[in-house]
Amino acid sequence: MSEALDTREYKVIGSRVVRPDGIDKVTGRAAFGADLNLPGMLLGVVLRSPHAHARIKSIDTSKAQAMDGVYAVITGADFPNASETEDPALSANVMAREKVLYHGHAVAAVAATSMAIANAAAAAIEVDYEPLKPVLSLDEAMADGATIIDEQLRTAGADEASDTPTNVAQFMRLDRGDVEQGFAEADVIVEGEFATPTVHQGYIEPHACVATINEGGQANVWCSTQGHFDVRSLAAKVLKINVADLRVTASEIGGGFGGKTTIYLEPVAIVMSGKARRPVKMTMTREEVFRASGPASATKSRIKIGAKSDGTLTAMQAWIGYEAGAFPGGPLAPGLMCVFAPYNAPNFLIEGVDVLVNKPKVAAYRAPGAPQAMYAGECMMDELARKLKIDPIDLRILNAVEEGSTATYGPKFKAIGFKACLEAAKAHPNYTRQLAEGEGRGIAAGFWFNAGMQSSAEVHVNENGTVTVIEGNPDIGGSRASMALMAAEELGIPYEQIRVIVADTESAGYTNVTGGSRVTFATGMAVIQASRDIITQLKERAAATWGIEEELVEWEDGHAVPKPGVNADVQPLSLADIAGNAGRTGGPILGRASLNARGAGPGFSVNLADVKIDRETGKVDVTRFTAIQDAGKAIHPSYVEGQMQGGAAQGIGWALNEEYIYDADGVMENAGFLDYRVPVASDLPMIDTQIIEIPNPTHPYGVRGVGETPIVAPLAAVANAVRDATGIRISELPLSPPRVLEALDAAEE
Amino acid sequence: MSRTHVTTTVNGERREFLCEPQQSLLDVLRDELQLTGTKEGCATGDCGACSVMLDDRLVCSCLVLGVEAEAKSIDTIEGIATDEGLHPLQEKFLEHAALQCGVCTPGFIVAAKALLDQNPDPDEQQIRYWLAGNLCRCTGYDKIIRAVQDAAQTMRGEAS
Repeated sequence: MSEALDTREYKVIGSRVVRPDGIDKVTGRAAFGADLNLPGMLLGVVLRSPHAHARIKSIDTSKAQAMDGVYAVITGADFPNASETEDPALSANVMAREKVLYHGHAVAAVAATSMAIANAAAAAIEVDYEPLKPVLSLDEAMADGATIIDEQLRTAGADEASDTPTNVAQFMRLDRGDVEQGFAEADVIVEGEFATPTVHQGYIEPHACVATINEGGQANVWCSTQGHFDVRSLAAKVLKINVADLRVTASEIGGGFGGKTTIYLEPVAIVMSGKARRPVKMTMTREEVFRASGPASATKSRIKIGAKSDGTLTAMQAWIGYEAGAFPGGPLAPGLMCVFAPYNAPNFLIEGVDVLVNKPKVAAYRAPGAPQAMYAGECMMDELARKLKIDPIDLRILNAVEEGSTATYGPKFKAIGFKACLEAAKAHPNYTRQLAEGEGRGIAAGFWFNAGMQSSAEVHVNENGTVTVIEGNPDIGGSRASMALMAAEELGIPYEQIRVIVADTESAGYTNVTGGSRVTFATGMAVIQASRDIITQLKERAAATWGIEEELVEWEDGHAVPKPGVNADVQPLSLADIAGNAGRTGGPILGRASLNARGAGPGFSVNLADVKIDRETGKVDVTRFTAIQDAGKAIHPSYVEGQMQGGAAQGIGWALNEEYIYDADGVMENAGFLDYRVPVASDLPMIDTQIIEIPNPTHPYGVRGVGETPIVAPLAAVANAVRDATGIRISELPLSPPRVLEALDAAEE
Repeated sequence: MSRTHVTTTVNGERREFLCEPQQSLLDVLRDELQLTGTKEGCATGDCGACSVMLDDRLVCSCLVLGVEAEAKSIDTIEGIATDEGLHPLQEKFLEHAALQCGVCTPGFIVAAKALLDQNPDPDEQQIRYWLAGNLCRCTGYDKIIRAVQDAAQTMRGEAS
């Protein structure tokens, strides 16, 4: 699958064109998940558990069923047995069966002619619960004698298999060399413990879908998702139906950041549509999004790093525990693989666990697992630099991985941009800018693998020479523009001549999610290959028209021309010329490509954060922020910068404000945007960006993913800046005013 | 449930609708008038995605009842472009790539227009505080602020 890197000069990619779907998005026309209405459509609501952990003794839906305007009332009994499906955890998360495992877990659902009736009917459902003790933290879950959430659970990956029930779903270890020997060789050792809270992706559009299913079992779903093919396969598993009977259309998507890579409402709406024999629309409230979608894991970690007095690392050790929520599946593996990935460590031991607690089942959040892991790792690199009295960028340059280095997680790196990012940071004016009184500066590195995976693309040539690209990735941040730029580059035609359609599961070839920073890389590669398929055909058509051999024709600047030196008395044929004549040269011109992209180039970043601290309140303000990242090749630089700035803002929110606050019963106390405070415009400065371009050798243009890396470094960059400003290492996020104030007061005593 | 008849002006046109007493103006716009450009992000007045003008005052339509619109004038995102084309804010949001997913964009454009209509030359801090009631989770606000600055300059007749 690997292709030689193209070194030509580009004509179209790298330009800052207006996105093709732009006008509909600034005029209110674009249809998002909740914007579709169908004739006869019912509105559905979910009844959710008031307990964080309880056994369901009985559910009586008779009063709800009897209400006027109610067309369907369903419970877990209306779904296939969870244990008989291919994904029991997903199935039990979509609708609880014997037990509810978190506050907000779906217990029943109603479809009715209005929201008022649906809500009244849901309130009339009687559920008899036997409350159980909730398990609300990693420490509680791992303590001896802990309440067991799932009696069937055993620890996967444990050194010694055990038949004792546990809340530890998985143990994992990565190691190389002899870490004890490495610490013995060290001149300096730093150690620290860290904690991060549960946080939410905070996409502005709540989950929403509209489902219809007919008497023959053929269903249509319209929904806000990062991957409609995944909605199809996941919903088919939960409902035990044939994927061919489920057509999923992705609406425009109002943010996802990983949180819309799974399903919640879709199977519920399908089942209710079947019962009611009418379309059913379901939307989550913001409160439901917080309580019952998939936030990111809270973590606890311990880090120990040893180095020679010149800064050369001798040993790195980490233990990281991830809260999975109510079902296994926290981002343990990627977190452990990331924590020390930027560095050459001759000896390392990285261990961690994935642990059940009575909180919502976590979902992906932008570089899943990495921000928490690298927050801890990069804080300790900062402490190491301080102890060694070495510039923190120099310490990182000294130990940085480069082409040919063996990553902690196994493979050898190809061309990567870590050192280039570090050097750019060192040379950046914001690194040496004078700090004001009371300000502090922090730096941190970020890393993410990036994904490839499966993509398809079709390119259709219309009769006037315009081109339609058909692909299957919901456009979450300008990807239609990137696809059109790449097709235009290949075909040698203006960007404006291309339209990009994100087609439904029956109209586009199979394509994995808009996630893993994979779309511009992998789907872009499919678009490039499909465009090259078109060029081959265009050359054949021109050759046929001219009556010469195909090998004698070249495609140049959007025209078929005879190769230099070919003696043919012909005029160049444009794409429009060939398209207009296609009926006489073999019929419509259609190119296609499908692939499983390998070789996604890893992304590296370096962030600089300046903060100012209000001594009276403990409030931390970010006064300056600089994001430097290797994009391989920026297809649309504005949207690359946008990823860097947006990731920085989310990372700053994670560092300073955002956290799920639970009461003793496991009820989230701040399930709204007023109290779960994401950064607003007045909280942030302009975010300076510098795109580094070290081409990824496995992509024709050198593209590497850019979407996830930006959220990884800000947590430690901000925490290190607070450390710099205060002289105090606060080792738990968020660095919210009360926590910072308490630390400042304690230090003065 | 009895429904109330309401007569109002939406984007300059006289519109009538029936609504339940507890329905918000947001629900009425979206469900009764099929104006789905106004978005629901929270329904508690915290995100600004449902921003509209009510008698020339910027409001979260989720915090206004549908029945309160009687005899009032409402302007939504659908009314911002004119026969002459897009509003400068819409043009500049596109030029600056000031949207990624685009779901907060209608609210931002309505709110930013309200600012520029009363203050044609706001500084960065004024823009940031005016738009502090509109959440964007994708952009980090940088490009939004620049788009508003650039639109203001264009509207003042200055070259950008």
